[in-house]
Amino acid sequence: MKRQIPLALCFLFGIVMIITQFSPHPVSKSIYERVISGALIIGPFALVLATITLIQTHINRIQRRTEHWGYSFVVFAGLITMVAIGVPFGPENPIFVWLYRNVQVPMDATMFSLLAFFIASAAYRAFRARSTEATLLLVTALIVMLGNVPVGDLIWNSLLSLTGLDSIISQNGPSSARGWILDNPNLSARRGIILGVSLGVISQSIRIILGIERSYLGGGD
Amino acid sequence: MFSRLVNMDRRYVFILVALAVIIPMLFSVSLPVSISEPTQNLYDYIENLPKGSTIMLAFDYGPSSLAELNPMARALLIQCFRKGVNVVALTLYADGTTLASTLIKEVAEEMNAIDGEDYVFLGFRPGATQVILGMGTEIAGVFETDLSGKPLSEIPMMKDIVNYDQIDLLVDLASSATPDAWIIYANVQYNLKIGAGVTGVMISQMFPYLQTGQLVGLMSGILGAAEYENLVGMPAKGMQWINVESFVHLLVVLLVVIGNIAYFAHRSREET
Repeated sequence: MKRQIPLALCFLFGIVMIITQFSPHPVSKSIYERVISGALIIGPFALVLATITLIQTHINRIQRRTEHWGYSFVVFAGLITMVAIGVPFGPENPIFVWLYRNVQVPMDATMFSLLAFFIASAAYRAFRARSTEATLLLVTALIVMLGNVPVGDLIWNSLLSLTGLDSIISQNGPSSARGWILDNPNLSARRGIILGVSLGVISQSIRIILGIERSYLGGGD
Repeated sequence: MFSRLVNMDRRYVFILVALAVIIPMLFSVSLPVSISEPTQNLYDYIENLPKGSTIMLAFDYGPSSLAELNPMARALLIQCFRKGVNVVALTLYADGTTLASTLIKEVAEEMNAIDGEDYVFLGFRPGATQVILGMGTEIAGVFETDLSGKPLSEIPMMKDIVNYDQIDLLVDLASSATPDAWIIYANVQYNLKIGAGVTGVMISQMFPYLQTGQLVGLMSGILGAAEYENLVGMPAKGMQWINVESFVHLLVVLLVVIGNIAYFAHRSREET
């Protein structure tokens, strides 16, 4: 029964929701709206589940004294502080806003900014024209990087006017080349990926609705 | 010499990146920015909306992407408030609530826009897909109140706004795949017009939607923000940061070129 009921519910809701997409009948529309409202209520439960999982994970870390277990106390301090202020007083409370702006924003921005340093270092050490494919990738990346900032066009236009070629070769070469790369090879490859993923999603959905794919039920019986 | 270059300590690279960021900030450098077509299209679309139209602005990003997306949001809000286009703001990111609320209030104060008359901030609801689909039926069914707790029925601006039928455009400012969700569920299902502003790493994903016309326009990363600020005529952080980014990009290009020259020179010396 633990497996049959979820499988039956999944089949029922899957088929009904497909039908609602093809039927403009008021009953079909009403069912669709009710299911969406129901799904909106279920959504917040995921947040509760995520919070419980986070707490369990860090309690385990502290109990087992795993590496850097001390930082788990920082997680609890952050969680308790923000919840204690945010839940009763709301997200517009001055203390909540102050903590957000002066603790969370700088920390998040710092973590993301570190990427620039690591990307520059990785590009210097690993981005090598070792093969034809790697060379193609490298040249494309350099064009897109230069086309993505105004300095690329500035250098190109200055070189053209210095060499007197500005009457023969068009201006803003890097940004035009970047636009062509994004509009043609990138777009074609992206569309292929989107179509592939969509077909995969459709086939996987059919497998789930028909009960062929059951991994979402978890292991055991 | 080539061997030393190939095996250069990465801390030297870190120092060079830091200098490439700090130096252009100290000396105010201003590079000319040309406007790309997708950015111009988004600007023109909003510019051509009649006074009293409504756009929905989704702040689907957190603090980590604030540097790229906040300048876009700011420029968009300035354009809307200046033109008398109403703004219904919301976020599908829990992290985006305070960020969006603070920015909207700042710009509203600057442009003398009034909460509830010129703009409304609905806040956050979990479950992105359900939220997008739910608003297609009734916005008040998903967001019963605005962020401050005022029921939507009591907000003058929301008097005639029931669902997407009364929204002229949605602009999604995103650091993840939310534009795909807005396109799939709001554009395809409810025919809502959609524009986007995305982080630099996501630009390539958006181009198929631009070509199909499912996106009316696109701001691409900090360059898109700088372009939009120029269009709005109020250069700010976007323009400042694109100049800084220019030097960092130039540095990375130089590092890759130098790294390759050193690598091949070192390899040919070892072979001989």
